[in-house]
Amino acid sequence: MAEFIQYLINGLSQGGTYALIALGYTMVFGILQLINFAHGEVYMLGAFSGLYTSKLAGPQLSAFFNKIFNGAADQMSTPAAICTAIVIIMVAMVVCALVGFCVERLAYRPLRSSPRINLLITAVGVSLFFQYSGQIIFGSDPKAYPDLFENLESWTFGSDENLLVINPLQVFVFVTAIVLMLILRHIIFHTRLGRAMRAVSFNHDLASLMGIPTDRVIAATFMLGSALAGAAGVMVGMTYPKVEPLMGSLPGLKAFCAAVLGGIGNVTGAVLGSFILGLAEALLSGYGTPTYKDALAFAILIFILLIKPSGLLGVHRTEKV
Amino acid sequence: MFFNRTLATLLASAVIASPVFASTIKIGEVGSMSGSEATFGVSTHEGISLAIKEQNAKGGIKGKKIELISLDNQGKPEEAAIATTKLVTQDKVTAVLGEVASSRSLAMAPIAQQNKVPMISPSSTNPKVTEVGDYIFRVCFIDPFQGKVMAKFASDELKAKKVAILRDVKSDYSVGLSNFFTEAFKKSGGEIVVDQSYSSGEVDFNSQLTSIRAKKPDAIFVPGYYTEVGLIAKQARKLGIKVPLLGGDGWDSEKLYEIGGKSLNNSYFSNHYSQEDQSASVQNFIKSYKTAYKKTPDGLAAMGYDAAQVLFAAMDKTKSMSAGEIRDALAKTKDFQAVTGRITIDEKRNASKPAVVLEVKDGKFLYKSTVNP
Amino acid sequence: MGSAYKSEEKSTAAGIMSLRWWMLAIGFAWLLNYFLPDVMSPYYFQILILAGINVILSVSLNLVNGFTGQFSMGHAGFMSVGGYLSAYLTTQFVESRPELFTDSVTGELLATGIVIYLAALIMGGLAATIVGYIVGLPSLRLRGDYLAIVTLGFGEIIRVVFLNTDAVGGARGLSGIKQFTSFGWVYTLVIVTIFCVWRVVHSAHGRILLSIREDEVAATAMGVNTTQGKVRAFAMGAFFAGVAGGLFAHYLTTLSPGTFDFNRSFEVIIMVVLGGMGSISGSVVAAILLTVLKEALRPLQQITGVDLRMVIYSLVLIIMMLARPKGIFGTNEIGDLIRRKKGAKGGAT
Repeated sequence: MAEFIQYLINGLSQGGTYALIALGYTMVFGILQLINFAHGEVYMLGAFSGLYTSKLAGPQLSAFFNKIFNGAADQMSTPAAICTAIVIIMVAMVVCALVGFCVERLAYRPLRSSPRINLLITAVGVSLFFQYSGQIIFGSDPKAYPDLFENLESWTFGSDENLLVINPLQVFVFVTAIVLMLILRHIIFHTRLGRAMRAVSFNHDLASLMGIPTDRVIAATFMLGSALAGAAGVMVGMTYPKVEPLMGSLPGLKAFCAAVLGGIGNVTGAVLGSFILGLAEALLSGYGTPTYKDALAFAILIFILLIKPSGLLGVHRTEKV
Repeated sequence: MFFNRTLATLLASAVIASPVFASTIKIGEVGSMSGSEATFGVSTHEGISLAIKEQNAKGGIKGKKIELISLDNQGKPEEAAIATTKLVTQDKVTAVLGEVASSRSLAMAPIAQQNKVPMISPSSTNPKVTEVGDYIFRVCFIDPFQGKVMAKFASDELKAKKVAILRDVKSDYSVGLSNFFTEAFKKSGGEIVVDQSYSSGEVDFNSQLTSIRAKKPDAIFVPGYYTEVGLIAKQARKLGIKVPLLGGDGWDSEKLYEIGGKSLNNSYFSNHYSQEDQSASVQNFIKSYKTAYKKTPDGLAAMGYDAAQVLFAAMDKTKSMSAGEIRDALAKTKDFQAVTGRITIDEKRNASKPAVVLEVKDGKFLYKSTVNP
Repeated sequence: MGSAYKSEEKSTAAGIMSLRWWMLAIGFAWLLNYFLPDVMSPYYFQILILAGINVILSVSLNLVNGFTGQFSMGHAGFMSVGGYLSAYLTTQFVESRPELFTDSVTGELLATGIVIYLAALIMGGLAATIVGYIVGLPSLRLRGDYLAIVTLGFGEIIRVVFLNTDAVGGARGLSGIKQFTSFGWVYTLVIVTIFCVWRVVHSAHGRILLSIREDEVAATAMGVNTTQGKVRAFAMGAFFAGVAGGLFAHYLTTLSPGTFDFNRSFEVIIMVVLGGMGSISGSVVAAILLTVLKEALRPLQQITGVDLRMVIYSLVLIIMMLARPKGIFGTNEIGDLIRRKKGAKGGAT
């Protein structure tokens, strides 16, 4: 039983990392109907900008926060570590928002009126570009992420036989995913920007006729989605302290599968789908054949698209002629 | 970082390529310098480049400078094949060094064999590679030997009865090693309680480790590369798994400890050499590698270095440096004192050399024991 | 757009390209097979062979992506099915009945060996067709991006299945495959592929495919069986991808699942897009161009010390999409362009 619960915990925490990526994915898809293949690479860039920020300014930052929290600069406390982490995440979010802006401006916007397939191919191109230039700029060897939470002990329950282990970082990722989802829901449903996003997503031309600056709304959505990917990159980097230039491609695809499972364009669905995917993978690893784990996400994707293409929470849209 | 590296490579290539001597010896290298396995190809390349730089500083071979032509294969076998053809037929290299992965060495070997150009693989462990023909050599262990070494260590030194395996299902190296470990460990009376797997590139291994934990093994065999093993160790310890982790030469990199940290304590892996080894060849290599690249060499760099060294030694012994002579000299390599041990090439053109078992302790790889072939 | 309605003109072009010319072309390929190695460096020769395999891949993918307007990203999967099955068959035969393949005295290849090889290629192609049919089924319900990601997913699933199949070596791969593939066979099959795709595109069936691409809803309304059209296109594209996989396996003599990941599918897509979606000659030209370009860029690595080829590739793809989204030829064939040029000249005088 304890083993089963441990699988659930593992699955939820893995699902949390997918959710962080899937949120941005689903936002961009919702507004442009574009599978932004480069999203996984933006996530990678987020992880790397976090890495370099903490290499350049990490010690100073934690010293600063330590001074505030416990008066001494050399004592690492959890609140100080959390504050440092938040600053690093902020930096990564800003960098990624800029990257997202540039990608949208330079590669996607000129193709706004061309067939969607062209947009998809461009996205593939952008993704390959970031992967391979990343290998040249950052080097292809995996980099270790500085461990801010080294002193953080895991929470354990039970003993030996029925040991349950929960890593606080995993909880952090899980909670962040849900909080971000709530914030996004708020933005989408209760702000002017959100209303504009929904209008653009519903119908570009009509929205622009209504005086909505569609280009700016799309750019804002892109920046928001990319910033989320950046945050995801840093958080995954902190939880699994290894980053490399190709780290984004498979999680990106899996997160997309999760977003489709939940109903693409729907932020709640993206989180739900990610948790289901995480749980399914954990249970497959535990009780089934883990060698097929990489195929599971795609199998789920194909299954859901054949049964209910709009996803679990998606609203079916009729194809207009 | 970028500038450092490009600068270093530029300088290195300038040193190697720019002085056009009337007669140079051309040596080809094929490696995965971009793509998903780039980190292994780049390390190997650095080892080979260092060996050539040193040899040229010593005056080359028989007064001739060595020129390295290295080609990238992006981790694709057909690119490896075409690059080999280019080296062998266009650039007319004297010998070919490469590849890390057996799948790509197997694509290269028939071409080298057909054109009768000696080829040395630094670290392809699949026995089939050298079976292609009599011009194909290697300087690393083959899977059966290394699998046996760790199985012996697990049963004799650790007195383990039940071992769990966590293999990288995407890597031929890891799969091969796991299979031969299983075979050898069962023969010595042990039991494999669970055979779990992951694929390289993954970062979350909690579920696999949870299922291993439930089976209560005495040790876990993780024959992957350092790119994943560090994370595996970290997550294993967090899950409360205290038993030793075991591995192969794919672990040998300072990255292992950078990523895994203290979680790696109480882990053992088989390797070609120990960096603690005070012999001149080992210490000189580590020192010059550190000066050249500002980092500790990993296992693949050492293998690349040795592949080049073995080749130079063989070339030095020949009269006219014809392919046939080099081949014969390579086959006769005996007790060659390389960085990664005393290499003797056996009749199957595999390197036969002792393996050492190292213990990971606070970032250091401590020498534990030596196993002779 | 609009090209669908030009097919009248194209079918006369198909008439000119009668079977005789194709047979002659095959004969020429075999002539080159014996003649070229003497005058050409093995390196360039090898590039030509790989270019030929890429031509088969891109032309067959063009049938699905270009002519039918379905976006498949799983071509590597079909290729691996064909490659693995045919290689498995021949290695099994070579092991159990070596006397069928080589003359025990002279060591020469026997005709029976060639027949078995060709049969294995076709078996591989058929297996890929079956898989293509299965993958084609979802396309009944999906379109555009969804189809793209589903086919990509299928491709990955196929790769994972091979990774876990011990009969073909799993991650350690299948090695020791006999090298049957030669320049002659590759280009024979290149010509056969182009011929078949050409004939299909310029047949009544081809018009069904074009109508699906141009406007699926309108096509359905006109009573066109779009479902059947799409699935057939998928199956046929997969067949030739499977054959290309077989050629690839018997040329390289070793296979491993990692060879067929989605990056390979991307590579073929780049060729199709660059050549022009819906242009057979475009695919041919782009496949050769990109294969050659990849080798031509090698000296760049010697100069810079890093391999920039994939960076350049991806930039070419992006710039192409921005500057000339229809590819080099658009939906035209080389013949069309030449004729138009002639026509323009004729009009001027």
